[in-house]
Amino acid sequence: MSTYKARVSVMLKPGIADPQGQTIERALPALGFEGVGGVRVGKRIELEVEASDPEGARALVLEMCERLLANPVIESYEVEIV
Amino acid sequence: MSARVGIVVFPGSNCEQDVARAFSDLGAEATYVWHAEPELPKVDIVVLPGGFAHGDYLRTGAIARFSPVMAAVERFVARGGLVIGICNGFQILCEAGLLPGALRKNAGLKFLCRWVDLRVDNVRTPFTHLAEPGQVLRIPINHFEGNYYCDGATLATLRARDQVVLRYVDNPNGSLDDIAGIVNETFNVFGLMPHPERACEALLGSEDGQLIFRSALAHVVGRDQRLTTPSLKS
Repeated sequence: MSTYKARVSVMLKPGIADPQGQTIERALPALGFEGVGGVRVGKRIELEVEASDPEGARALVLEMCERLLANPVIESYEVEIV
Repeated sequence: MSARVGIVVFPGSNCEQDVARAFSDLGAEATYVWHAEPELPKVDIVVLPGGFAHGDYLRTGAIARFSPVMAAVERFVARGGLVIGICNGFQILCEAGLLPGALRKNAGLKFLCRWVDLRVDNVRTPFTHLAEPGQVLRIPINHFEGNYYCDGATLATLRARDQVVLRYVDNPNGSLDDIAGIVNETFNVFGLMPHPERACEALLGSEDGQLIFRSALAHVVGRDQRLTTPSLKS
């Protein structure tokens, strides 16, 4: 068994309104940043897991995403093993 | 014997006493159930009250759904028991999969604390059978994540099965289809963002919230003749 570091990105699914992203998008031009679009806000979760190989670590973290780290009704996720 | 209402208390719940008082005023016996309990006491109705269960960490309701008592609540639901989730309780029921959909941050990113008008669009549920069709209830909301969402297929099912019970007359938070409260397929789990327990005394501005609690109590009394009729405030 080895320890693997994982980075999980959780984002609202495409098409689901993101009021935080919209607010940031409206604020940026006020600071002089023109031409900004498509702002979306998500979260990044970092964790360490014990597994026999990177694929095992990945499978474990994907299951965590499905059951707790993300809400599949409104959020999508990506897992990166580093 | 009066109807018994179990009010689940999570770390961070903050509306449990209001719910207890509202039910006690109607003649019911209210008891608190700590979230770490593996079993529910013998109760006729379970309420998941508002608040910030487990600090709303990760997502509202995401941690609360794994509290030990929730497995007992799921069994209670499977036996046909009545469950009411108010505000944070609604969010927990969605996270637990006992109700479809999810509650997103309000459109406009404002925490909303104010009175709203709600239209009762289904009076055939245990929670609204004392209402007139289309009756408007004045009940306050108090939330940041009350913006209901589900996918198109789920919404079509909710509409077809008449599971949308309460709609905002003037949508305050961006909720899909103006949804303020829904029931599950079997009509025994009710989740709503507004706080009926805060609208149970005329002195506080409205007693329209009583209609929901009186309906639920009358339903369990009707089902179990050993229970006495809840006293109705005139």
